[in-house]
Amino acid sequence: MASMRDIKRRKESIQSTGQITKAMKLVATVKLQKARTRAEMSKPYFDHMYTTVASMLAKTGDIDYKYLKAGNSKKKAIIVITSNRGLAGGYNSNITKLITGGDIPKEDIVLYTVGNKGKDALSRRGYTIAGDYSDVINEPLYTDAMNIGEAVLKGFEADEFGEIYLAYTSFKNTVSHEPKLVKLLPIDKSAAGESSDGDLTLMNYEPEETQALDVIIPKYIYSLIYGALVEAVASENGARMQAMDSATSNADDMISSLTLMYNRARQGSITQELTEIIAGAEAIS
Amino acid sequence: MADNKFKLEIISPDRVFYTGEASMLELNTSEGQMGIYANHIPLTAVLVPGICTIHEDGGEKYAALHAGFIEILKDKITVLAEIAEWPDEIDKNRAEEARIRAERRLSGAGEENVNMLRAEMALKRALTRIGLAEHK
Repeated sequence: MASMRDIKRRKESIQSTGQITKAMKLVATVKLQKARTRAEMSKPYFDHMYTTVASMLAKTGDIDYKYLKAGNSKKKAIIVITSNRGLAGGYNSNITKLITGGDIPKEDIVLYTVGNKGKDALSRRGYTIAGDYSDVINEPLYTDAMNIGEAVLKGFEADEFGEIYLAYTSFKNTVSHEPKLVKLLPIDKSAAGESSDGDLTLMNYEPEETQALDVIIPKYIYSLIYGALVEAVASENGARMQAMDSATSNADDMISSLTLMYNRARQGSITQELTEIIAGAEAIS
Repeated sequence: MADNKFKLEIISPDRVFYTGEASMLELNTSEGQMGIYANHIPLTAVLVPGICTIHEDGGEKYAALHAGFIEILKDKITVLAEIAEWPDEIDKNRAEEARIRAERRLSGAGEENVNMLRAEMALKRALTRIGLAEHK
């Protein structure tokens, strides 16, 4: 059995780790609340954007429009949103797995990364990284989403890649987050058409439709990216909160079993001392 | 709801900027200035930076809108603006600085077209902000 001193030292070290994880959990909880309100604030904008674009596309019919068909290039761009910091359970590795385990071959992928963790993991595996925006994930602004969006749209129009995807963790509630890979461009018309509520108001456009689409589709893409960024931040903090919560409870479990061991060792040493004293006294008499 | 009023929503990515009932809305679109009353024909238009005036019961409200679009239905108007600001949120000194910067860039011989376009947009934004700040 380990000596009393060893057990005591071990216990103290676990105790201090437990304190740290507990503090991290509290920090993550506060950040989660903030991120969550932001995600909720951005929701109306995004929802409305979505219905507008869907109804516009439903009405324009089968037009030959640049954002509705895939480019000639075989390459695909993926915007990968992870975090800059670890200790968030499977949060980052789930996204990385989504890319490495997907059915798009490695050579055809061009990555735009947000978040150091994803960037490091994927560049280590030999993926091409065309752009990195890791510094925005701490506090994503709408202008950041615009910058990323502009970069990928430029590549799309220059035919550097034929399709654009977005990989992020969607935030359902505090305990459940789901890694997702969604297609940004070309816009899936059938999916957009279905959800439009079929209201038949005849909408006029100013300027005319394709020109209006030219302006509105990029905004739609930006809002998707922005939505993904704020949701990812909420998910990251949710994941970290959970991870730290279970770490804290694990530390508590270990401390209680170590306390038991420590008390046993103490009792053992007392018993041993007593036996020795008694044996000594007997030898003298 | 009275006939001459419509529901107005102004939404920006980070918040719901304004909701309420208004009798008239004035703003700048890519096709020019527009004043909208209730029962307007359904229309979707693209915004350019400019001051938007909301006429409501208590009086008029002014706000700066930069980029976005507007969707007009019979009794409901939704504005999706990428940036929306009330007069008291505007830092006039900063806007003034931005105006000077943009003007310098514009006068400094057009080297690259992209930058010119950006500078022009920046100038428009700055002028809108200054205009609004002086308005109140």
